[in-house]
Amino acid sequence: MRWLFLKDLRILSRSPLLVALLVLYPIVIAVLIGFALSRGPDKPEVALYNGLEGQTTVVELGGERIDLAEQGQRLFDAIDPVRVDSRAEAIQKVRDGDVLGALVIPDDLATNIQSSLEPGTVEVFFNAEDPAKRQYVENTIKAQVQTANAALTKRVAKEALQLLDLISTGGEYSFLGQDFDVLGLQRAETILEQAREELPAGSAERAELDRVITFGKLARENLSFSDDVLAVVGEPIHVKATALDGGTTSLTSFAVALAVAVSLMFITLLLAAGTLALEREENAFSRLVRGLVSKTGLLVEKGGLAAACSVLVCLVMMAGLGLFVDLDWSRVPLWLAALSLGALAFAALGLAIGGLTRDVRAASLLAFMLCLPLAFLALVPSGAVAPLLYDLIRAISSVFPFRPTLDALDAALNDAGDLGGPLLHLAGLTIAFGLLGRLALRRFA
Amino acid sequence: METSTVTLEARELVKRYGDRAALRGVSLSAGAGELVAVIGPNGAGKTTLLSILAGIQQPDEGDITVLPEEVGWVPQQAALYGKLTVRENLALFARLERAPDPRARVERMLELTDLRDRADDQVGTLSGGNRQRVNIAIGLVAEPEVLLLDEPSAALDPRQRARLWEFILRLAGEGTTVIYATHNVQEADRYANQLIVLADGERLFDGSPRELEQEVGTTGLDFEEAFVEFLHRRGH
Repeated sequence: MRWLFLKDLRILSRSPLLVALLVLYPIVIAVLIGFALSRGPDKPEVALYNGLEGQTTVVELGGERIDLAEQGQRLFDAIDPVRVDSRAEAIQKVRDGDVLGALVIPDDLATNIQSSLEPGTVEVFFNAEDPAKRQYVENTIKAQVQTANAALTKRVAKEALQLLDLISTGGEYSFLGQDFDVLGLQRAETILEQAREELPAGSAERAELDRVITFGKLARENLSFSDDVLAVVGEPIHVKATALDGGTTSLTSFAVALAVAVSLMFITLLLAAGTLALEREENAFSRLVRGLVSKTGLLVEKGGLAAACSVLVCLVMMAGLGLFVDLDWSRVPLWLAALSLGALAFAALGLAIGGLTRDVRAASLLAFMLCLPLAFLALVPSGAVAPLLYDLIRAISSVFPFRPTLDALDAALNDAGDLGGPLLHLAGLTIAFGLLGRLALRRFA
Repeated sequence: METSTVTLEARELVKRYGDRAALRGVSLSAGAGELVAVIGPNGAGKTTLLSILAGIQQPDEGDITVLPEEVGWVPQQAALYGKLTVRENLALFARLERAPDPRARVERMLELTDLRDRADDQVGTLSGGNRQRVNIAIGLVAEPEVLLLDEPSAALDPRQRARLWEFILRLAGEGTTVIYATHNVQEADRYANQLIVLADGERLFDGSPRELEQEVGTTGLDFEEAFVEFLHRRGH
């Protein structure tokens, strides 16, 4: 078997195109993913007319000073603003396709907010040339405007709360430069209690005063609930997110596991299927298995070669990704376990394909055609399709090695979930596809 | 050529593919240095017989006196690795055959096949004739007593064919038993000591080419015409 292994390595080394593909493919994938992960998405170019320029951007809400420019800065950080001089120019830039969208901040925004009579309104115009980009710019601006809205609401609610507290308990209050001493319900109630004592019992005035005191008490007690009510107004819906299934893997870490799983699949499947089919294409199979090598030995040699090459290439790829993404190198033994079992399962599948086809081209084509749907199916999230279809997709994914390989790599790389389960799954698939490959060899000669 | 002791004997070989019988009780024996040609129309069972003798297929019935490891096998289409050189192909099979001194065995095969000057060329760059010589050399690398060749001269031009037969005759002269299947009746007539005629999996004749001509008995026919007449009389 050793001589066959060396023979296959020698043949591989004399196929420069194939070797270049095997070496370059993971490097290109690693670099592309690395750049994509480290740079983040580009900011959308948005025309910006800021009517507040040259005006004071500080508004006073019930004595609280709020700087609108500070709130707007968050929005400007999320976009690439192209400053224009008028609303019409902003709209024209969108029409001409110079920008993806336009944001118009009217001259009277600060006045409207301060008057509290009507809400301040900003206008947003979109370019629908590219649906994906349109969605992106629309979502970006809306999200940032909503954030600003929420911040303003909280500030207003806080101010309202202070005013209500003043009404309830009384105290000093400043307005337009003048100081006032507000009596407050609590102190008014004390004064009324004292006045009541001086009135004769059973008098009509005392009864009227009792009604006023009762109203004052009721009003003060209800005002004490205003904290909670205004907190709800400030943030009517609070999101409390809890992940019920799956790990805590970040998108970046998951992307690394995905890139490695895809590369492992392509390289192993193509090598295993191709090298086995080559024995038939070169007519050497019948010569080999008439006593020189057993059929099972031949499968082990081809599978071992494909798995060893792909694990090596994927380790190089992970080292490349490590330049862009923070990987926990202390988990290398777990990476190796996930890579090895995944590679063996893909190799067994490749051998089954190689056993069923008659030549290298057919084997490679079949392996390639199988790769993409396998990866696609394994990545369909629950809830994205009808439940019955999702169950079917899960069942199909579970009989091929991609999904368990991805789970194993995710667990090994990111400490996300159980590693033993996917490894056992892959071991089972290796045996099953290995048997299928062995059966396929019965019609191979 | 005088035949010596029997080196290969097959008795009552039967092979079926589903309901179809590819071989129906075929027997043959061959001695050292003997050249045995297996001829017959398409679908007669020639390749099936040779692949059973080579150990690639198992017969449903019957037995063979030699083990597959003791037989050299040369399939119709060259079973070689095109990306390896002639020397590397020979060395690989010498090692897989567990030859005692693989390097020496490779050198001997290069000498035997007159391929020393092409030893370091990749097989994929060789002509059909040279590829077939390497193909035969691999069949011989274990120095077997019996060499089986399936259509050895197919796809060769006349000059290459002549060189190939010169080589095979030399092997037989050194004592190797050569059994070959062929469609080329003239090659059977010219080189074989013994003819096995198969049709529909049945052995119709076992003897020398001259004995076949005598059995047909018609004068003025060349060997090919005599062979066709023989098949015709047997209902094929």
